[in-house]
Amino acid sequence: MNNNITLKKQTKTILSIAAIAAILVLVYLTDDMGGNPMLITVIEKGAVYALVAASMNLLNGFTGLFSLGQAGFMLIGAYSYAIFTIPKNSHAAVYQYFDGGAIQWSIVEILESKMGIFGHYLGMLIPMIFAGLFVALIAYLIGIPVLRLKSDYLAIATLGFAEILRAFFQWNTLGPITNASNVLRKYTVYNNAVFPVIIAGLCIAFIVLLINSTYGRAFRAIRDDEIAAEAMGVNLFKHKELAFVISSFFAGIGGALLAMFQTTINATPFATTMTYEILLMVVIGGIGSITGSVIAAFLFTACSEWWLRGLDSGTWLGITSPLFRAGFRKVVFAVIIMLIVLFAAQGIMGTKEFSWDGFINWFRNLPANLKAWPEKHKAKSEAKKNEKAAVKAAKIKAKEDKKNSEAKRASGEKLFTPLETFDHVVVFDKEGK
Amino acid sequence: MGILQTWLPYILAGIAVGGQYALIAIGYTMVYGILRLINFAHGDVFMWSGLLMIYLITVLPLWLAIIIVIAFAIVLGTTIEKVAYRPLRSAPRMSIMISAIGVSYFLQNIALYVTGGLTKTYPNIGFLQKTVKIGSATTKMVTLITPILTIVLVVLLVLLIKKTKIGMAMRAVSRDFETSSLMGIDINRVITVTFVIGCGLAAIGSVLYFSNYTGINPMSGAMPGLKAFVAAVFGGIGSVPGAVVGAFVIGICENLIKGAGWTTFSDAFTFVLLIIILMVKPTGLFGEKNIDKV
Amino acid sequence: MADREVVLKLSDVTMQFGGVVAVDNLNLEVHKNEIVGLIGPNGAGKTTAFNVITGVYEPTNGNVEINGDVVIENYPQGKMTDTYKGRNQGVYTEVKTMLPDAVTKLGVARTFQNIRLFKGMTVLENVLVAMHMNQKQSIFGAAFRSPLARKEEAAMREEALELLKKVDLYENKDDLSTSLPYGKQRHLEIARALATHPTILLLDEPAAGMNPQESDDLMKFIGRIRDEFDLSILMIEHHMQVIMGICEHIYVLNYGGQIADGTPEEIQANPAVIEAYLGGDE
Repeated sequence: MNNNITLKKQTKTILSIAAIAAILVLVYLTDDMGGNPMLITVIEKGAVYALVAASMNLLNGFTGLFSLGQAGFMLIGAYSYAIFTIPKNSHAAVYQYFDGGAIQWSIVEILESKMGIFGHYLGMLIPMIFAGLFVALIAYLIGIPVLRLKSDYLAIATLGFAEILRAFFQWNTLGPITNASNVLRKYTVYNNAVFPVIIAGLCIAFIVLLINSTYGRAFRAIRDDEIAAEAMGVNLFKHKELAFVISSFFAGIGGALLAMFQTTINATPFATTMTYEILLMVVIGGIGSITGSVIAAFLFTACSEWWLRGLDSGTWLGITSPLFRAGFRKVVFAVIIMLIVLFAAQGIMGTKEFSWDGFINWFRNLPANLKAWPEKHKAKSEAKKNEKAAVKAAKIKAKEDKKNSEAKRASGEKLFTPLETFDHVVVFDKEGK
Repeated sequence: MGILQTWLPYILAGIAVGGQYALIAIGYTMVYGILRLINFAHGDVFMWSGLLMIYLITVLPLWLAIIIVIAFAIVLGTTIEKVAYRPLRSAPRMSIMISAIGVSYFLQNIALYVTGGLTKTYPNIGFLQKTVKIGSATTKMVTLITPILTIVLVVLLVLLIKKTKIGMAMRAVSRDFETSSLMGIDINRVITVTFVIGCGLAAIGSVLYFSNYTGINPMSGAMPGLKAFVAAVFGGIGSVPGAVVGAFVIGICENLIKGAGWTTFSDAFTFVLLIIILMVKPTGLFGEKNIDKV
Repeated sequence: MADREVVLKLSDVTMQFGGVVAVDNLNLEVHKNEIVGLIGPNGAGKTTAFNVITGVYEPTNGNVEINGDVVIENYPQGKMTDTYKGRNQGVYTEVKTMLPDAVTKLGVARTFQNIRLFKGMTVLENVLVAMHMNQKQSIFGAAFRSPLARKEEAAMREEALELLKKVDLYENKDDLSTSLPYGKQRHLEIARALATHPTILLLDEPAAGMNPQESDDLMKFIGRIRDEFDLSILMIEHHMQVIMGICEHIYVLNYGGQIADGTPEEIQANPAVIEAYLGGDE
C-alpha cells in the first residue's frame, strides 16, 4: 500500500532551483511581452499579499499572537518608501499644497546619477529596506506595552495602533512629508512583475528558514503553551518581540511593494478591512502553513481581481443576471470565506508545508485515492450518522436518567454509594485524575 | 463663564455620543463577559440597524420602523451567534475571533452591495432634531434624550441582571462557564438572551447615533464599534456600569479634543486611552482580577 | 543528610490571594541529591508552592533561596499590609522577583500536574525547545544557517536523541507529542525538563493516573535519573506507595499550612498527618 517515494536531497535542490528559475523567467517574459494584464496584476498583487500574509502567519499562526496591526505597518512601509523616491522634478506637483514638500531629493535619482542602472535598483532597495527597518522600530516600541497583554486585548490594541498611525499620517502638520490626506504619486516603481516576485520570494524564504530554526521552535512553543514555554527557559517577552518585530519588518517591505504596485498611495485604504482580508488569506491557506498563505494570497487576488470580476459587471461565466452589479463579487467572496471558517477551519494546507516528496506522492496516489473516495465518503457519512444517532440516544438517556433519579429521590432512595464501601486507598487518592 | 460657554456645546455633544457608545458597549461587554469573545460583528449589526431604518422609514410610520429595526437587530445578532459562534464553542479562542471577523467582513460587504458603496442619508426623525436651548448652548433634542434614555435602559438592565433568574444565570455563566453548565444552567439560552439584549440596545443606539450624523456607509459601524469596545475595556470588561462610564468618558474626551481643534486625532485618542488603561490597570475601572490557573 | 549542602530553601513562604492564604508560612529544604516529597490533601497549596519557586507567582511574604542565593523575596505591601493574614510580617524587607524562564536558567526545571506538552510539535521538538535557552546563535544566524547555528543544531539534536533513548521515547521521536499514550506523555514531560540541564527538578504529581505497576516503574525511573543526572528532586505526589518508597524526607501541607515533616517512617506515624488525610472526629 505504501508506495510513497522519497527523493534524494540533491534531486530536491535541483528541482527547486529549476522550478524557481522557470517561474522567474515565465513571469519576466509574460510581463515583458505584454501578457494578459489581469494575470500580471494577479502576479504582482498576489506576490505582495503572499509576503504580507506569510508575515502575519508568522505572528498569528506560529507564535500565537493574535495581532491585527498589519495594515498599519504596511501603511508606514508604503509611505517610507514613497517619500524618498519621488523624483526631484515631481515634488512641486505632488506636494502642491505644501510648497513642494520638505524633502527635495530622491535616493533613486542620486544613486542612478552615480552608478547608472545598478544605482537605480539600489536606490529602490535602500528605501525599501529602510521602510522595513523603520516599521520594525515602530513595532518594537509598540510591542513594549502591547505584547504583555492577553491575546484578545492584543488584537484590539494592535488594531487601535493601526488606526492611530493612520490618523497620524493624515495629519496636516506632517503634510510637507506625508502630503497629509492627499495622495503620494510619481515615486519610482518597478518596471517588471518579476521584481515584486523576487523580493517577496526572498522574504518568504527567510520566514520559512526562521520558522525551521531553533527560534521558530521557541515561537511555536509559545503558541502551544506559554506557561510551559516559559518553564522551559523561553523568555516570553523577548521572543514575542522578536516575532512581532520581524513580522512587522516584512509587513513594511510588503507595504513598500504595494505602494509600487499601486503607483499612488493614500492612507485611507490601509484600514481594518485590509487587515481583515490579510487575516482571511491566512485562514484560507491554513493557520500555521506558509505554503498555505502563499497559495491563498494568489487565489484571493486571482478571484477578486480576475476570475470573479464578472460578478460585478453583469455577466459571469456566460450567466447574465441583474444581481451581478458592483459589490456582488465581494458578497460571494465573503460567503466563501464564512464557509471555510465554519466548515473547513483547517484551510487549504492545515499546518502542512510544501515538499517535493509530498507533491510527487500526492499526484502518484491521486488515482488510487480517487478510486477509494466513494467508499471513504460513504464510511465517513455513515460514521457521522452513527455519531448523530449516538448523541441522540445519549440525550434521550440523560433525560430518562434525570427523570428516574428525580423519581428515586422523591421516593427517598439514596443516590450515592455510602462512603464505607471504599477502602482507605481511595481516600488517599481523592485528587486522582 | 466664558470658558463654559465655549466648551458647553462640546461637553453636551460628548455626553450624547457617550450615551450612544454606551448602548453599543453593553453588547460588547456582556458578550465578552460570557463568551470571552470580542464580537467584531457587533459594530456591523449596529450599522445594519441604521441602514434598515433608511429603507423602512420610506414606507412605514416611525414607531413601527423603530420596532422593526430593533427586532431585526435582535434576529440578526442571535442568528450570527447560532451560525457563526455556537458551532465553534469548543474550538480555540482564535477560531471564534476569526469567525467574528469573517462575519464582520460579510456584513460590511453585503452593505456595500446593497448601498452600492454610496453614503445613504439617514432620515430626519422630527422630534429628535428639534433644537433646544440649554443655558447658552443650542443643541438638538437627541442630545438631551440620549443620556436620559441610556441611563433608564441601563438601570433596567442592571435590575434585570441583579434581580431576575435569567440575570442570575448570566452572572453565574460569566463567572464560570463550565461549572454553571454542569449545574444545569441552559448555557445556550443565556447566551441567546445576552445577544438579544446587546443587539436590541445597539439598535436603539443606532437610531440616536445616526440622527446626529448625515449619512451611513458600510464602514460606519466599525469605528463606533471599536470605540464602544474600548469603552467596555476601560470600564472593566464584563461590567455593565463600567462600560457605560467608559463610554461617557470616551464620548466627552473625544468631543473636547475636537473642540481643541485636533479633530484628526479624536479617533486616535480612544486607542491611546485603551493602551494606557491596559498598561496601568488591565482589568479596567470595575473589572475583577483573574488569576490564571497553572 | 545534614552534611549535604542545601540547594533549595523556602523560608516562611506565604502566598495569599485576596483573602485566601494558599500557602501559609512554608519552610522547606532540599539537599543535594535528595528526593523530597511534598504531600497533602487537595487544595493544600502544593502546586502553589511550586508556582512560587518557579516564579509564576510572587509570594506575599518570605523568600526562596536557590543554591545559596536568595532569588525571590517579598513582603506584604500596599493594601496587603493591612489584609495580610500570615505570620512573620516585617521579617522580610526586600523585593526580588524572577520570571519563570530566569528560574529555569538557574537550574530549576519542572513538570506540570495537568500535562503541558507542546501540542503541535513532535516528541523530539518538545525536547529541543527546552534546549533553546542555552543556544548562542543569534536569530539571524539561525535563519541564515550560519556555521555556528548548524553546529549547535546538530549538537542539540544529538543530545536530544540521546536523552530520548534514556527515557525510552526514541522510537516515538517523530510522533506528535499528544499522540503518545498517557504514561509516555509523563515521561516526555520529565525528559523535556531534563533537557534544560537542571540541578533541581520539581515534579508535580508524576504518577497521577498511573496503576501500581506503572507507578512502581516510575519510582525506579525517578531514582535512576536522580543518579544519572546528579539531581535534587522535590516532588508532589498522592500515591503514598511512591512517596514512601522513594522520598528521603517528606513535608506535609494542609490548608496551606505545614503540619509535619520528617522521614517516611515519621510521617506515617504522625497523628496530625493521619488526621489531615482521614479526617479526625470533629
